[in-house]
Amino acid sequence: MHNPQLNKDGELTHLLSIEGLPQRILTQILDTAASFMEVSARDVKKVPLLRGKSVFNLFFENSTRTRTTFEIAAKRLSADVINLDINKSSASKGETLLDTIDNLCAMHANLFVVRHASSGAPYLIAEHLRNIGRDDVHVVNAGDGRHAHPTQGLLDMYTIRHYKKNFSQLRVAIVGDILHSRVARSDIHALTTLGVPEVRAIGPETLLPKHLDKLGVHVFHDMNEGLKDVDVVIMLRLQNERMTGALLPSAGEYFRHYGLTPQKLALAKPDAIVMHPGPMNRGVEIHSAVADGGQAVILPQVTFGIAVRMAVMSIVAGN
Amino acid sequence: MSPLPNPLPDAEAQCRQLADLIRPQLHHSPALIGIYSGGAWIAERLKELLGLPEDIGLIDVSFYRDDFAEKGLHPQVKPTVIPFDVEGRHLILVDDVLYTGRTTRAALNELFDYGRPASVTLAVLADRGGRELPIGATWCVWNVDLSDGENLVLGRQDDGQLAWRLENA
Amino acid sequence: MNIEIRNGRVIDPKNSVDRSSSLYVAEGRVAGLGEVPEGFVVDQTIDAAGCIVCPGLIDLGARLNSIEAELAAAVAGGVTSLVVPPDADPPLDEPELADRLVHRGAEIGKARVLPLGALTLGLNGERLSELAGLKKAGCVAFSQANRAVVDTEALLRAMEYATTFGFAIWLQPQDHWLSRNGIAHEGEVSSRLGLAGIPVAAETIAIATIVQLVRDTGCRVHLTRISSAAGIALIQRAHHDGLPITCDIGVHHLLLTENDIGYFDPHARFSPPLRAQNDRLALSDAAATGVAAICSDHTPVGADDKLLPFGEAKAGATGLEVLLPLTLKWAEAEHVDLPTALARITSAPAEVLGLAGGHLAPGAAADICVFDPQAHWQLTPESLQSRGKNSPWLGYMMTGKVKATLVGGRLVYSA
Repeated sequence: MHNPQLNKDGELTHLLSIEGLPQRILTQILDTAASFMEVSARDVKKVPLLRGKSVFNLFFENSTRTRTTFEIAAKRLSADVINLDINKSSASKGETLLDTIDNLCAMHANLFVVRHASSGAPYLIAEHLRNIGRDDVHVVNAGDGRHAHPTQGLLDMYTIRHYKKNFSQLRVAIVGDILHSRVARSDIHALTTLGVPEVRAIGPETLLPKHLDKLGVHVFHDMNEGLKDVDVVIMLRLQNERMTGALLPSAGEYFRHYGLTPQKLALAKPDAIVMHPGPMNRGVEIHSAVADGGQAVILPQVTFGIAVRMAVMSIVAGN
Repeated sequence: MSPLPNPLPDAEAQCRQLADLIRPQLHHSPALIGIYSGGAWIAERLKELLGLPEDIGLIDVSFYRDDFAEKGLHPQVKPTVIPFDVEGRHLILVDDVLYTGRTTRAALNELFDYGRPASVTLAVLADRGGRELPIGATWCVWNVDLSDGENLVLGRQDDGQLAWRLENA
Repeated sequence: MNIEIRNGRVIDPKNSVDRSSSLYVAEGRVAGLGEVPEGFVVDQTIDAAGCIVCPGLIDLGARLNSIEAELAAAVAGGVTSLVVPPDADPPLDEPELADRLVHRGAEIGKARVLPLGALTLGLNGERLSELAGLKKAGCVAFSQANRAVVDTEALLRAMEYATTFGFAIWLQPQDHWLSRNGIAHEGEVSSRLGLAGIPVAAETIAIATIVQLVRDTGCRVHLTRISSAAGIALIQRAHHDGLPITCDIGVHHLLLTENDIGYFDPHARFSPPLRAQNDRLALSDAAATGVAAICSDHTPVGADDKLLPFGEAKAGATGLEVLLPLTLKWAEAEHVDLPTALARITSAPAEVLGLAGGHLAPGAAADICVFDPQAHWQLTPESLQSRGKNSPWLGYMMTGKVKATLVGGRLVYSA
């Protein structure tokens, strides 16, 4: 099966998922992002790379945060940005997803940033663009269902590389609702592709997908065990709106066992960093003392996120 | 324009020649900015040879090139680092080979996003003609003729010495 | 019309016939095999050289959204009788609806239509439909299609009632609670792709419940579209205990697994879902050894309902015209001999239905399929008569093409 993210020259033309991307492409994105960090530190935070190009933010699932960072990133590349909040009811009033894409292509869209509640939706779009011969239009996945959030995975890797330099000696723990988390899946693929020797998943049985070991992950249900000597702790948000059924008795019980408190953090290495994709539920998955403490790098993650998204958009738009 | 000599000239010696040309013009405290990678190495040499105290600037023009639509983003982008304020400064832009002029144009565009310099001059080791834009070197030590398929590339050897080599496109 | 089907390889699994021969049809019935029957004057000859001549296929599950196109598709696929699930709109819960369907089918005069009546009104799983009335109008058995009966007491009463009249109940074993949010097999692929999973337990819990109720009522039950190794194991135990339970497997589940979802291909969305390789191997074994019959589970779905993100796409694939080539493909891959493979789509379904058909002994209704087992054709939307162009095999080459189909001795399809 051809890799839908790569063009026939093996270059990145869509970013749909970290899975299936060779290490050289992940590294290229991180290296390019470093240059864009410099751009974002200037007074004039713009480069003309995407001047005259139109970036359409297609958000079928609401997210002001993510959409804003993509908008900032696109504007810093001098692109024209159009935001489309398509909630489900208006889409169901007639136009199918692919009809929407056809219409927007007719409006000369160059790049779609897509967030959708259904896993796999960006693949459908990329496949459709291939079928209609539009290899000049690119898709960047801003989060599809539970499947992937590749730009978040990449900015998490950028963050780790920034503070820890070398991936090859690290222990990284991901804590929380991995079952429902596209961020977790993208992080896991990125970490294993970049050669992190030990990736740990910590959570209750109900919040961990079966077969995690097949993805190269060590599973822990005891957070005290799982955090021992880790270099990086990635805390996931407890996804209230995604949970169906009786998965957890209460936020309180969750916090007691899986919340990151200063005492639990002390089990990790003294220079361990604490990450979180945001937004945080203080007192549910993370104690305020940790969120506001010296080991947390949550705000830098946001800054890195803009540079990473600039890198991704520049790379795909040029291929 | 002279034909390509064999063996190729000594690039380190050419750097010394370039420094000699620039030395009389140092009265308005210019800042050196080298274009990656060849220009950056030459700018390092010039800083030493001219005894300039300030760190040199390093510029990557990948984000300002005019061939993005055809070629996409260069696979190895390095961060631009300008450790001084561009506003009101006299800048010397340094590159290894001047050819079409497009790289210089991109570098100028990028520099002007940092501020408004008092002036910008261009110092290159080699000018191979073939200009496609109205751009010229202020200082140049070697005018040379190359055919379309030939490329002059400045490399840094293991011992740190700069040397020219010829590549076929 | 007296028809001679000449020089084919006649395979009649039920009667253990497999030889090169000619088959003779008169007055809508098989008149003889091998020798020309006495007094037989040939009106029409069908040249079956290089072809297989077998009983017309009996498909235990085919949805008829637009009845004319689908019945044409059926005979183009060599299917001469098909069982229609009761989950059309409106559900087939009134005798009049069954009557109309049967009549319309007879009018069109292609494949025979065997409707399943809705076991409960509106398929709601609460109140029984008028089973006897539906039977009289032509329903061959009663079913909940692929909806679970949540209320076990209602299911028990339905089985007791059906047993009273000797009716059979067809059920797809899928626990409502464990399957309501899932869209794919709960396994490696769903974990990796972030797709809500339906565990095997959804099938085994339902089978166990049904088996227990069959033990208590003696009701004849046919379990449709089994998808798991564990499910097959439970059914084998039930057979061992002599319970009146039969089952079938959708032909796609014999060949595909969860891995065929690939990059979220909506054409790989099925209900029940495609499961893991070990499940597929157990299903294949069950089909090969006669534990299960094979059907197409024909489900035509328009592009608007299929070309959607995986979780939103309607499940199912076109089946009538691929049942034969896919069964042959399975037989070749799993080293099952041709008569055995053909039995699973002819005599075995007939046995499930308790019908007289599915074979070619003299006197049997002349429902016959003539096909070229070597003919290659490419599956494209244009190659299908069905309105359902949805298939995970689009673009693939198929081996096995129907040359002629007869229903009741009439030639209803000719390639």
